[in-house]
Amino acid sequence: MGKTITQKIFDAHEVDRPAGSVRVLSLDRVFCHEITTPIAINDLCATNRDRVFDCSKIKAVIDHVSPAKDSKTAEQGKTLRDWARRHDIKDFFDVGANGVCHAIFPEKGFVRPGFTVIMGDSHTCTHGAFGAFAAGIGTTDLEVGILKGVCAFKEPETIKVEVTGALREGVYPKDLILTIIRELTVNGATNQVLEFTGSVIDNMDMEGRMTLCNMAIEAGATCGVCYPDAVTVDYLWPFIQSEFATKEAAVEAYSKWRSDADAEYSKVLTIDGNTVEPVATFNYKPDCVKTVRELAGTKVDQVYIGSCTNGRLSDLRVAAQILKGKKIAPTVRAIVSPATPDIFKQALAEGIIQIFMDAGFCVTNPTCGACLGMSNGVLASGEICASTTNRNFAGRMGKGGMVHLMSPATAAATAVAGTIVNSELFKG
Amino acid sequence: MKNFNGKVLFLDRSDINTDEIIPAKYLNESTKAALKPYCLEDLLLDGFDPKRDVPGHQAVITRANFGCGSSREHAPWVLGENDINVVVAENFARIFRQNMFNCGMLAIELPADTIAEIFDLFGSGETTLETDLEKHTLTLDNGKIVRNYKFNIDPFDAELVKAGGWVAYADSRY
Repeated sequence: MGKTITQKIFDAHEVDRPAGSVRVLSLDRVFCHEITTPIAINDLCATNRDRVFDCSKIKAVIDHVSPAKDSKTAEQGKTLRDWARRHDIKDFFDVGANGVCHAIFPEKGFVRPGFTVIMGDSHTCTHGAFGAFAAGIGTTDLEVGILKGVCAFKEPETIKVEVTGALREGVYPKDLILTIIRELTVNGATNQVLEFTGSVIDNMDMEGRMTLCNMAIEAGATCGVCYPDAVTVDYLWPFIQSEFATKEAAVEAYSKWRSDADAEYSKVLTIDGNTVEPVATFNYKPDCVKTVRELAGTKVDQVYIGSCTNGRLSDLRVAAQILKGKKIAPTVRAIVSPATPDIFKQALAEGIIQIFMDAGFCVTNPTCGACLGMSNGVLASGEICASTTNRNFAGRMGKGGMVHLMSPATAAATAVAGTIVNSELFKG
Repeated sequence: MKNFNGKVLFLDRSDINTDEIIPAKYLNESTKAALKPYCLEDLLLDGFDPKRDVPGHQAVITRANFGCGSSREHAPWVLGENDINVVVAENFARIFRQNMFNCGMLAIELPADTIAEIFDLFGSGETTLETDLEKHTLTLDNGKIVRNYKFNIDPFDAELVKAGGWVAYADSRY
């Protein structure tokens, strides 16, 4: 029997098998942000173990509330900042240099095929787009990861999601992943890895693959994963060119991180890419998904474009294409948050920020804030937001508020119409 | 080891997420103790009032996929700060479940039909739960009916509970 990419990564990183199906893995990356890390740091200090296993493998960012909005969030930032300095963690991204963790860490080339990655953040599954095993964990796992460089996992089974054909014009990776979550349900992939394959994935850029893997957790999955290929190598090339003579050599070297043809899957889900259409969520769970046609006419109060799911350059480009020369509806307020400073700068250079501002958008600095109702776009009770984020739980973006998740194209079109509507780019 | 016995809080719903258990606006707290007043504050459940219903209970029994969503360990912490160290459900979201055992707390899974029976027999009245970690049994008692239920616990998870959590366990081994 062959092995899945995840089984191969587990085999290459196993340091212990304490009991049952649990395997303790060595970690290539421990990512940290200011919300879930400070309590781990405080505990390490309180127990006289203020050490790190390898300062070059730990990367840290202030992103959830940036800049600090009150004394408590300032304290969290300070705890992380002081700790990073104390332990010579050079890749620490402070206010000004900071971006949304799952956008800035890939952008800096920190994830490679075959890596193991943990972070105290459920959307860590994003980094599986590079052919890595990347899992969100809690503060205790993070604390042990920081101190020992290991983490325990029950070996997950894998669901293969094969997406054939091609996506139609005006249909985006966000529409695809919401469609997949509708099929799997919110716990259909619990303790499983979602392996995305097929022609649609082969032809998808890294940003699209990150959007897919990012929402694997919304079906309960431990990680989403895509096979590394020429697309992966192109993205990583500035960071790996000293390691390989040619891009072809890199693709060849990374090809060991693919599932064998006879690997075992717990389930195979096949989706015809040509049948996917623009969708959005309704109600309060990410598997409550309807077509935009069905939801058309739903009034919204706020539109938000950003987050680790859809705040990257390709997302802003698509939205700007729709917004160019138009104004948002007078009943709507709209916010765009480029996910990293580099994305922000590139969007400025391309005139995209101008388009957003001319349309009436508020442009904020990179931060996670609005997505989880912490800052920079919190909803009032009874308000409805069309959002490119990843969770539509009750009160997620503010107590009593409601969220419809959708692609940046649909969100931009909705901002103009004032109600949920298909973008003109959709050739359905 | 922590206390795994006491009065049961029944939460008759599936997919209770970590934003409902502890809303994100309280994630700016830097101590576990500060979370205590906000347990289950945003839970969508008819007739549920967290201020009235959380105090005085030491166990939760609920349906499927408890703790889905965010990785925040604040969810088990806020339960623990309210003296609730055991949750019984059909199944759990992976990160929440691991966080419970990492904290030396118990996340016990029972089949859906067993959970349904428990809600039928005990869901409407005052019920106490006793946990026997050696025999792997739960005993539910509402003064009229007493029932024993066998549960499975992974040997690794049992080690974590005995050690008092993953930090202590890892410290002794790695």
